Amino acid sequence: MMAVASARRRLASLAGPQPVGLALIAPYAVYVAAVFAYPFGFAVWMSFHDYFFAAPGARVDRPFVGVGNYVAALTDPAVRRAFLNVGVFLLINVPLTVVLAMGLAVALNRAIHARTFLRVAFYVPYVTASVAVVGVWLFLFSEGGLVNRLLGPLAPEPSWLVNEALAMPLIAVFVAWKQLGFFILLYLAGLQNVPRELYEAAAVDGATRWRRFRSVTVPALRPATLLVVVLATITGANLFTEPYLLTGGGGPNGASASPVLLMYQRGIEQGLPGMAAAIGVLLVIMVIALSWLSRRLLEVR
Amino acid sequence: MKKYAALLLLIAGTTAACGVDGGAQDTAPSARGPIKIWLSNNKEEVAWGTAMAEAWNKAHADQKITVEEIPAGKTSEEVISAAITAGNAPCLVFNTAPAAVPQFQKQGGLVPLSDFADGASYIEARTGQAATQYKSPDGKYYQLPWKSNPVMIFYNKEVFKKAGIDSENPPLSTYEEFLATSRKLVSSGAAEAAIYPAPSGEFFQSWFDFYPLFAAETDGKQLVEGGKAQFDSPEGHRVAAFWKTLYDEKLAPKEKYNGDAFADGKAAMSIVGPWAVAVYGEKIDWGVAPLPTSTGKPAASVKTFSDAKNVAMYSACRNRATAWDVLKFATSKEQDGALLEATGQMPLRQNLPATYGDYFAKNPDYVTFADQAARTVEVPNVPNSITIWQTFRDAYSSAVIFGTTPPAEAFKAARDKIDALARQA
Repeated sequence: MMAVASARRRLASLAGPQPVGLALIAPYAVYVAAVFAYPFGFAVWMSFHDYFFAAPGARVDRPFVGVGNYVAALTDPAVRRAFLNVGVFLLINVPLTVVLAMGLAVALNRAIHARTFLRVAFYVPYVTASVAVVGVWLFLFSEGGLVNRLLGPLAPEPSWLVNEALAMPLIAVFVAWKQLGFFILLYLAGLQNVPRELYEAAAVDGATRWRRFRSVTVPALRPATLLVVVLATITGANLFTEPYLLTGGGGPNGASASPVLLMYQRGIEQGLPGMAAAIGVLLVIMVIALSWLSRRLLEVR
Repeated sequence: MKKYAALLLLIAGTTAACGVDGGAQDTAPSARGPIKIWLSNNKEEVAWGTAMAEAWNKAHADQKITVEEIPAGKTSEEVISAAITAGNAPCLVFNTAPAAVPQFQKQGGLVPLSDFADGASYIEARTGQAATQYKSPDGKYYQLPWKSNPVMIFYNKEVFKKAGIDSENPPLSTYEEFLATSRKLVSSGAAEAAIYPAPSGEFFQSWFDFYPLFAAETDGKQLVEGGKAQFDSPEGHRVAAFWKTLYDEKLAPKEKYNGDAFADGKAAMSIVGPWAVAVYGEKIDWGVAPLPTSTGKPAASVKTFSDAKNVAMYSACRNRATAWDVLKFATSKEQDGALLEATGQMPLRQNLPATYGDYFAKNPDYVTFADQAARTVEVPNVPNSITIWQTFRDAYSSAVIFGTTPPAEAFKAARDKIDALARQA
């Protein structure tokens, strides 16, 4: 009797006071398990084995190699270069995104004329396929492109996309521009939550426009900024299309290769998914660390 | 913290469940019935393949062929590799890249053709001595050498005339001549670039700049032979120095061109196979020349890269006896002739010019290529083939195209890495 009762109690405590809730979260839990947890767990498993994709039924040997893949990844100069590249990318892309998106959102919030037009104009690059937008930027930034023609003798030598010092910064600017529309939207939503009274009170205290922006708007947008920083970091860390298309496979000379591009090369093209998975796990750790850092620095306590 | 613990538990659980393979499937090599084949999405090849399948289907109502184009992807190899893993690859793919064969083989995705009673003998009788380049390290054939696109120098006669260069017999046979001609082409303003190979970093790009010239300079050495990299040699360094001069003097651009630089008149020359005749034939007044060598070898002895595409049978195929029969049917003298007629690509068959004498009499444009097809070099059939090519490409980009590492140093480092890669089975 006692055992049955205690088992029931344990079950009840596991299901919580609202057992129906379990059923309600089940679809999402299943989704997360199937689309995120399982593949991620599989990737972690792969990263500790000499793994490769094989035909069903093929008898293959995929021995456990411990941290072999991690050692191989970390001692590969191309991989180290790619992590450095993505660091450069984030250093330029994230602050640029925050400043531009916040500035434009504030301006857009005040604008009376052509507000819809401007909103759409900022949003269009975000919803346009990367491949198409890359085509436009190639037209702008190639050696004989529009930008170099406008710059004339000031054009960089070698040109933007084949210049080891400029390729990655250019990609960072490209991505910031492309995603701006989305981040402006996040800030616009944040701006709707700033109480008007704060501005009025500041105005009564004689604060200038700039002072009001700094002392009211920026602090009030902190939660939105945190979201923008974390999202921009995550999308930035997943950089692939731009180095693949804009700079012809991470060129020049690997100066714009990203970890995800290397994962594609190693895992899909070269048949080394174990090493690719190790790079992926390292990338996940890096993103988690950066997100944690952003939270520590930006979260309102 | 509890949240994370639960997540970790979930991951650990799924991790433990991975790594279990299904049971071995036993498909009868003697089974017959309907089969599926994939073709490349080249328009002319699709037309040929569809006609070939129709001809077969008419005579074999119980063993029909279904033809599909390789599904779209970044590269065909990626799509095929994914299909192998998923177990839904077709019986035959008429577009199997020799460089990808070692990997497909390692994946357990290919049926050794040598296991058919007449497998090796059929391949060797059709292709002759050149067939041995396609043998895998275990001595078996996992691919049938199908057709090649021996690459040569294609040039735009009008541009050459504009630059004041003899357009019938342009001086292109030694490196000196080739470079002098290139300088003239660019300095006269006749073309922006003398030649414009893709300067991007994909592993296969070396097949259209370094490798053909390396084959010519070495009289037919492969990138890797006997498990050793061959390019860190005086010949390899001569080829690298030649290209480096073209890049340094801006005769070849370092930035990728979006489009076809030769068709657009941006580049005066291009390294292409016979497919180019059909593509540029009408639009450009073209000429064809053998690849340059440092000493200007006679045209009849210059070797080149084959750019071959082969046919392989995939292990997901059930009706393998039918597939093997179809493979022989599709590479018969008659079907090879139809392929040549439709695409201008060279069947990997002995005595090509003699076998299809009528065709070459009618289409003299292709004779040079047919002659060159007898002297081709394939990519090495070695483990880690793609990684080897990527390693080489990275070194070449850095040393030759962008000039950031001295070639001697870059090639030495790549050689050490590639020697180690070729050793791993």
